[in-house]
Amino acid sequence: MEKADQRMDEIIGRLLQGGVILAAAFVLTGGAVFLARHPTPVTNYRVFQGEPEELRTVSGIFHAALALRGRGLIQLGLLILIATPIVRVAFSVVAFLYQRDWTYVVVTLIVLGLLVYSLLGGHG
Amino acid sequence: MNTLEFTALIGLGALLAGFLGALTGLGGGVVIVPLLTVIFHVDIHYAIGAALVSVIATSSGAAAAYVREGYSNVRVGMFLEIATTVGALAGAALILYLRVSILSVIFGVVLLYSAYASLTEHSDSKKAVEPDRIGTWLKMDSTYPGAHGMESYHVRGVPQGFALMFVAGVLSGLLGIGSGAVKVLAMDRAMKLPFKVSTTTSNFMIGVTAAAGAGVYLSRGYIDPGLSMPVMLGVLAGSLIGARVLAVAKVKVLRLVFGGVIAVLAVEMIYNGLK
Repeated sequence: MEKADQRMDEIIGRLLQGGVILAAAFVLTGGAVFLARHPTPVTNYRVFQGEPEELRTVSGIFHAALALRGRGLIQLGLLILIATPIVRVAFSVVAFLYQRDWTYVVVTLIVLGLLVYSLLGGHG
Repeated sequence: MNTLEFTALIGLGALLAGFLGALTGLGGGVVIVPLLTVIFHVDIHYAIGAALVSVIATSSGAAAAYVREGYSNVRVGMFLEIATTVGALAGAALILYLRVSILSVIFGVVLLYSAYASLTEHSDSKKAVEPDRIGTWLKMDSTYPGAHGMESYHVRGVPQGFALMFVAGVLSGLLGIGSGAVKVLAMDRAMKLPFKVSTTTSNFMIGVTAAAGAGVYLSRGYIDPGLSMPVMLGVLAGSLIGARVLAVAKVKVLRLVFGGVIAVLAVEMIYNGLK
């Protein structure tokens, strides 16, 4: 069991690192496009207005990114970043299933459910 | 100031925040928020949105190095993540009912506590010698690489740890921070885990907790791409540099100085909120 845990930890660590690198690459690319097209003026961040629909939902972000809009690409990178811990939890469900550790299969499924609800739940 | 200059300035600030966050052990997210609000006058909603995203980046980025050392306890982390994710969702919901001034005051107080906790010398608290009923049932007892090879340890105080983790989750979702200080408090003090196990497991949990809050932030429009881009990249780079410096240099004096700077920023946030 200890050895299986160790191996699982290592795979999870690599997974997270890969996710961060991929996310950073998208954010960097999107940032370059954004800066090339929006030299002026600076967005006003003093007063909170919130983001437009296309930068707030998963489907909207994919649309904006596929259209190669800078802000859409950045947002897709951030979405990948938010997804890395979620994928990690999903991976843990499988690992605990493999170990037939039913208590922790349930525990990780609860955490996974909460995370998916957070991302897709549609909040006001 | 055009967008390019603004982005460069924010990026530099984030780099510094990530660097300070790594050196003091506070994390870059908690340093970037006062920097954005107090110095750049960014609305706190945008600030915590960008900060929470960078918290995920630093937590996930450091995870590979941490797990290789073999300190973190995945079972303890997973179980407590139920409490932190529920807490994060509650904290994110709470934002809608709090005024910006109150958010600012709460943030300042939490930042002050975190700075205090990071500066006080750590003495390994008394470890649990007896196995605990709940800890045993949840198969939490484990081993870690100690001074004399692999040492085993027992986990106790699971209900207390769970409750504290809920608080850590609320603070994370409410303020866009990793709330590592409260997480370590829960595992080190309440659950009697070895200190090194507490800190690495905490780092492992921070990403998951932050992801729960970030999902809500994204759908509420707190995460602005133009602002989050330099913040996330800057904090990530800064914390990587900070971790390198931390590994090779004695930074006790530096930590004290930076801790002081961060405390001043915290007081400034409280003052601005009360004004």
